[in-house]
Amino acid sequence: MRRFIFLAPVLVFVGLVVYFATPLLRGTDPSIIPSPLIDKPVPAFDLPPLPGYQKGLSSADLKGRVQIVNIFASWCVPCRAEAPALMALKQMDIPIRGIDQKDRPEDALEYLKELGDPYVSIGMDIDRKVSIDWGAYGAPETFIVDAEGRIRYKQAAPITQDDIDDTILPLLKKLTAQ
Amino acid sequence: MRAALAVLFLALSLSGSAIAVEPDEMLKDPAQEARAEAIGRQLRCPVCKTESIEESDADFTKDLRKVVREQIAAGKTDSQVLDFMHDRYGDFILLRPPFNSTTWALWLAPPALLVLGGIFAFFMTRRRPTTVDAEPLTPAEQAAVEALK
Repeated sequence: MRRFIFLAPVLVFVGLVVYFATPLLRGTDPSIIPSPLIDKPVPAFDLPPLPGYQKGLSSADLKGRVQIVNIFASWCVPCRAEAPALMALKQMDIPIRGIDQKDRPEDALEYLKELGDPYVSIGMDIDRKVSIDWGAYGAPETFIVDAEGRIRYKQAAPITQDDIDDTILPLLKKLTAQ
Repeated sequence: MRAALAVLFLALSLSGSAIAVEPDEMLKDPAQEARAEAIGRQLRCPVCKTESIEESDADFTKDLRKVVREQIAAGKTDSQVLDFMHDRYGDFILLRPPFNSTTWALWLAPPALLVLGGIFAFFMTRRRPTTVDAEPLTPAEQAAVEALK
């Protein structure tokens, strides 16, 4: 027993390496905060439309079918990065609802003209109140809401094609089948 | 060198008490503002992670402070405001997280390490005798000492 005591620091070291390497190798992003709203109903809200648009967005719109809710803003640079991925989802006839966070309406209209409008409808969250009710802490953030209006998934990072193929499409398929 | 150290010390001591709240954000009632600040100091900024929302300059956090102040002005209690944030952002938002299945290691690790370290130190210090008796002199050495006298 005494003879092997020198192994103790080595074991501690190996333990620390495993502990720190696991999230690194898995690609876990420590800046992403787990949401307590998963599997909870969407918060009650009713947001007005952008000028010139017919429909805004309210919690009532999020019932009846599986949908994606995407928080975006014209000032948000990563939102631009994910814009093509959202357009690709639109091409697949997947309904995406937009929450335009803390934006000037004219800036938002310009943004949609430039990058395309993948949204079924958009609500203007000018003072961020609704974003806060969704537990958002920036933009972009993307949620998947099931047909009963419950939040089933959240991604607090720009969507990539890999996210669509590996996470979003399989989950949409599973939720639609339910 | 001394001046540089003094500047560094001053900078560090100032940054410790930095507050990002701007005058126009503050509540008119000083008692309510003090409560809002005390609550804000318990809430972690979700954007910058290491600061409280009172210290953070992030634009998003400014809106969180606004929500805290609106709720205080509307007559909510401190724990109602904290619950509001906890419902939306989870344990993460609380700078003093509750004890539960995901945070137990965080709470128990320091006392556990202290106890383990104490046990370790106790056995390490006991194993080694504190004084070592010197070997008695051999007759030859004794004779040499006598010769010196």
